[in-house]
This record gives sequence, structure tokens and C-alpha cells, in this order.
Amino acid sequence: MDKLSRTLATSRRPSQGRPHHPLAPVRLKGTVALGLKSLWNHRLRSLLTMLGIVFGVCSVIAMLAIGEGANYEVQEQIRQLGSNNIIIRSVKPVEEKKSTSEATYVVEYGLTYDDIDRIKTTIPSVEIKVPGRIMRKDVWRGAKRVDCDIYGTVPWYTEVNNHHVAYGRFFNRVELEEKANVCVIDEGTAETLFPLDAPIGATVHVGAQYYRVIGVMEPKSARAFQGDTESEQQNNGGGSGGHAAHTIFIPLTTAKERFGELLVEQQSGSRSYERVELHEVTAQVVRQEDVIETREIIAALLERHHKKQDYEIIVPLTLLRQAERTKQIFNVVLGGIAAISLLVGGIGIMNIMLASVTERTREIGIRRALGAKRKDIVVQFLVETVILAGVGGLIGVTLGISIPFFITHFAKMKTIITLWSPLTAFSISALVGVVFGLYPAFRAANMDPVEALRHE
Amino acid sequence: MENVHIAKTEDLTKTYMMGEVNVQALRGVSIEFQQGDYVAIMGPSGCGKSTLLNLLGCLDRPTSGRYYLGEDDVSRLDDDALSTIRGTRIGFIFQSYNLIQQLTVLENIEVPLYYQGYRDAESRQLAEDLAGVVGLEQRLGHRPYELSGGQQQRVAIARALANDPLIILADEPTGNLDSASGAEIMDLFAELHELGKTLIVVTHEDEIGKRARRLIRLHDGQVEQDTRN
Repeated sequence: MDKLSRTLATSRRPSQGRPHHPLAPVRLKGTVALGLKSLWNHRLRSLLTMLGIVFGVCSVIAMLAIGEGANYEVQEQIRQLGSNNIIIRSVKPVEEKKSTSEATYVVEYGLTYDDIDRIKTTIPSVEIKVPGRIMRKDVWRGAKRVDCDIYGTVPWYTEVNNHHVAYGRFFNRVELEEKANVCVIDEGTAETLFPLDAPIGATVHVGAQYYRVIGVMEPKSARAFQGDTESEQQNNGGGSGGHAAHTIFIPLTTAKERFGELLVEQQSGSRSYERVELHEVTAQVVRQEDVIETREIIAALLERHHKKQDYEIIVPLTLLRQAERTKQIFNVVLGGIAAISLLVGGIGIMNIMLASVTERTREIGIRRALGAKRKDIVVQFLVETVILAGVGGLIGVTLGISIPFFITHFAKMKTIITLWSPLTAFSISALVGVVFGLYPAFRAANMDPVEALRHE
Repeated sequence: MENVHIAKTEDLTKTYMMGEVNVQALRGVSIEFQQGDYVAIMGPSGCGKSTLLNLLGCLDRPTSGRYYLGEDDVSRLDDDALSTIRGTRIGFIFQSYNLIQQLTVLENIEVPLYYQGYRDAESRQLAEDLAGVVGLEQRLGHRPYELSGGQQQRVAIARALANDPLIILADEPTGNLDSASGAEIMDLFAELHELGKTLIVVTHEDEIGKRARRLIRLHDGQVEQDTRN
């Protein structure tokens, strides 16, 4: 017993003059260790409780990544059309389609060179126009054949449409004026027709016409080239027989010279003719703010000179705005789902913590008797919920970041993980831990120590 | 040293509401405790022993009257202040030991130190020393359920000593023990008394009452007898 007096004598007094708040740096380690220990004692229960948060956080991040990816692709496609551009396309009028069964009927529709002149003189803010004619033909090289859209256009097509040459070059103004027999092919065509040798300088032919290949275009998704689905459908019904998977570009003048304005389409025994001057015109507006207004002017202008609705006006900018709006809606829906799943996770945590508080009533009584203040008890339980939610959040973030990776790898879908999505998801999960931990923690702290000690 | 009042109650009363009826558990209890006292509080069940012990241990507040512990009147302190008083001036020993089952012997002894802001190393060292004092140096890493009742009660005693309290309150400390273990615990109490610790033991066993230096009998919420032997 001398030992006791020695022990107590030498150990006087605590190095900390007064007890610190349980969250003070000196005590934080102990507080967290206590929480971890208590959670570790109920490993399975802690794990199951965490799952709600894990799945909540993980699904939010994964869904956001997929949404961002899809949205990015759509926006990228639209941007490739050019956000300053207004695209006007010829569309075969609906009533004309029905009469194509008549053997020698020539359908006349679409944009004309006059339309272009009118737009040019009326609206000075429109800088360049890219007129284009599209014909669907087979392109040959020796015995190899590719089903192609032959796109007759102008040298500045690349610049306006944001679609550039991968190697070689695009045709120039001289070639346009001279109606030169040159062409620029896309990568797919190059791969099919020239599997082993370089396409530049070689010759391909369409019917009896021979063209020298001078360049190969960068890949551009078919979707972006075609615009929205609506116009795609309309074009499919048109005389040019829809769009092919591949495109070759030739000077507009050459196209006019070689193919004329009359397109012949053979349909199981009958022939149909249609006369289209221009299939597509791209108008570029200098300032983006003017795009919508300019579209209205062009619409009014075309309406005056076209009896039938045989054209359509596509404004990539409005498509872009629509895509942005869609993304906003998507984000709101996602936010709702996230909120609900985290709410459910939070309720799960609260449920378990309430059970835990009841189960540990006696421990609370003991701790109170041995000097624990109410706030010590509050912090003890709160730390547990925050650890549950925090660790659950971390696991969720890890899963949420890896899932899009697998989706990209296996489903070949583009996914984008923005920095803020894991950050927000994690902070919200930690917040959920605090919010849903408060009630059980205060319930524990407000127990009467005498009652708590008597609890069996 | 004998005559220093370490704790003093003045006309302490406690009234509980039991449904519609007021139950007066204590009806004016005035006792003085001296430094180094070894007091046994006895009485039939329902006489207010437990109520008095809860008040002396600052677990509860009196309905009226005053309670001085050390220099201070603690009968009107708020919950936080009472917690601090419990943590620094009072050591509890319970009939059912009240150890925390998930914690080891060492960690149980450290609990009161933890709430007084001891550094880890200090508190560990002190807890080890205290475990040695009660003869459990070989059992530091054991959990309470791996120990016998007597050993568990010795852990509780070590824990009660950790903050070097002014008074040690024991509530039927041998109630759950066989006679041999109970005797060991009482021997330990005697040694603590010799070291000058102030002990207040609530019991209904005459055997224990006889070993104390002072015997207080409660009846119907009042002091019936207060004798020194």
C-alpha cells in the first residue's frame, strides 16, 4: 500500500490544468480512437449501416460521371457544327414524297443559288456561307468499293464547320474555279480503299469520273455531320437516299458540272428524278449573340421565296442550349435521387445509433459517474456517426470513381468525373452523419446518470 | 487533520414524484464527514441509503438543503460542474462493479483520467501503477468478463482511486461477491483507510458495518443513529 501513496503522490496533477473540450486537438485523437473502437466492436453492424451511405455516394458520382460524359459528347457534336453557324438544309416536302411512284415525275425542291445571293445581300452580318450538294454514289478504286456521300462544297468548309484535314490538304479556290477533279476522302474510306498504300496522289472513280485524292479528313462523328435526328429522318426519305457512312469531298463546281442538278434514283424498276440545286448551306454569323436573330431573318427571307416548306434551318447554338437545359434537368433529377438515397442512409445511421444508445445506456451512466460531461457523451456518439458516414462516404467515392472507369472500358461510353462531384458527395455524406447523429447523441447525453446506472 | 470537514450535508431533503404521490426519500439529513473517515451507512431497504449516496456522489441534486464538498457548495451546481466534481473529487465503487465490458482492465482504470485531460502516456502509466496497487498487474489486457467478481471489483477500486478523490463512495461493494472475495475487498478498504482515504460505504451487512470506524443508521429518510466505534 506504500505503493499507492507513492503512485498517487508522483502522479499529481494532470498535465492539462483543466479538462479540454473532447474535440480539442489534445483530446481529438483519444475521442476518435474511442469511436473507432466502439464501431470495431460491432463490425458487421457498422458495415451494414455504412452501406446506405456507400451506395448513395457511389451512385451519385457514377451517375454524374455518365451524365457528364454523355452531355460532353452531345455538346462536342453540336460544337463541331459550329456554335456561330446556321445550317440550312434542303428537305423533300412531305406531299411530294407520295407522288414519286409516277415514273417520270421530276421533283424540284430545296435551296437554290438565288437563296444564297439573297441572304448575302440582305444580311451583311453573315460572313461566309458554305454551300453543299450531297449525292450518294459508290466510290471505286480498282475492285474495291465504298458507299459514299459525295459532298460538293467550297474550300472554306473546313474552317466554318470545324472539320479539318488529318493529312494532305483540302482543295483550294483555284481548284474550285477550275472545276478540278480532286477529292478529299474521310478516314474510313481511306482505310477501305487504301488498306496498304498511301491514298494521297492516288485515283478513285465515281461512275466514269476519276478523281485525284489530295487529302484525308479527320474523323467526325456521323451524328454531328447529320445534325439532329429529325433532319436525319427527313433526309432518309429524300432522293439522295439518306446518308452513307462515309463521305468524300469534291469542289462544288465540279459536283455541279459532273452530276448536274438532276438526281436519278432507281427504285425497284421505277426511276425517280429530283432536281436540287443545293443540299446544304452553312452560314456563319460573326457574333454569337446575333445567331438567333439572324436565323429569324433567314427564315423570313426563305419563306418569301419558297412556296413549300422544302428546307429546314438548324441552329447548333439552340441545340447546345437545349442540351444544356437537358443537362440541368438531369442534374436536378440526380440531385433528388442523391438526396433521397443519402436521406435513407442517414435514417439508417440514426436508427442504428438509437439502438446503440439504448444498448449502451449503462456505459453512458458509468461514464457520466466518472466525470464525463454531457458534451463528452454527445461528441462520443457524434464521432461514431461521423466516422460511419465519413468512411462510408470515402468507400462510396472510391467505388463511384472506379465504376465510370469500368463503364468506359467495357461499354465504351464516355464518362467524365468532375472534381466537385466526389467532393460534394463526400461532404454531404459527412453532413448526413452529423445531422442524423445529433438526435441519438443528445438523447444519450440527456439521460439521467442515476437512471442510466440502474439500467440493465 | 481529524477534524477537517471534507464533506458536509445540511438538512438535505429529496422528494421524488411517483405518479401522483410525492415520496420523501430524505427528510433533513445533516452529516459531517472528516478527512480520513471510514463511514458505513446502514438501514433497511427504502430508508434512503441509495438516495443519499446519489446526492453525496453528485449524481443527483437535493430538493432542499446544502451539500458542501471540499470548500464548495455543490448542491446548486449545474450539470457540467457536477460532472467535473464527480470526475475530480469522487470515486465510485458499485455493487455490480460497472466496468465497461468492451474496454480492458487498463482502459477501464483510465476512463476517469480520460475525462480530466491527462496525456495518453501519463494516464497509461498511472493506470498501470494503480492496477499494480490492487494486485492486477498481470491482467492489464483482460476484459472484465475474463475476470472473477473479486478481480472486477478491484479494477473498480483502482478506477475509483485514479483521480485521487476527496471521498470514495461504495455502494454494497461486496454484495455480489462470495465471502472470501468480499473479505479481500474489505481488507483493501482497511488499507485505504490507513492511508488516509475517506471512505463512505453503503451496506446492509453488519459485518462490514463493524469494520468501519463510524456507523450511520438511516431510517425513513432520517439519521437514526450516528456512532463511532
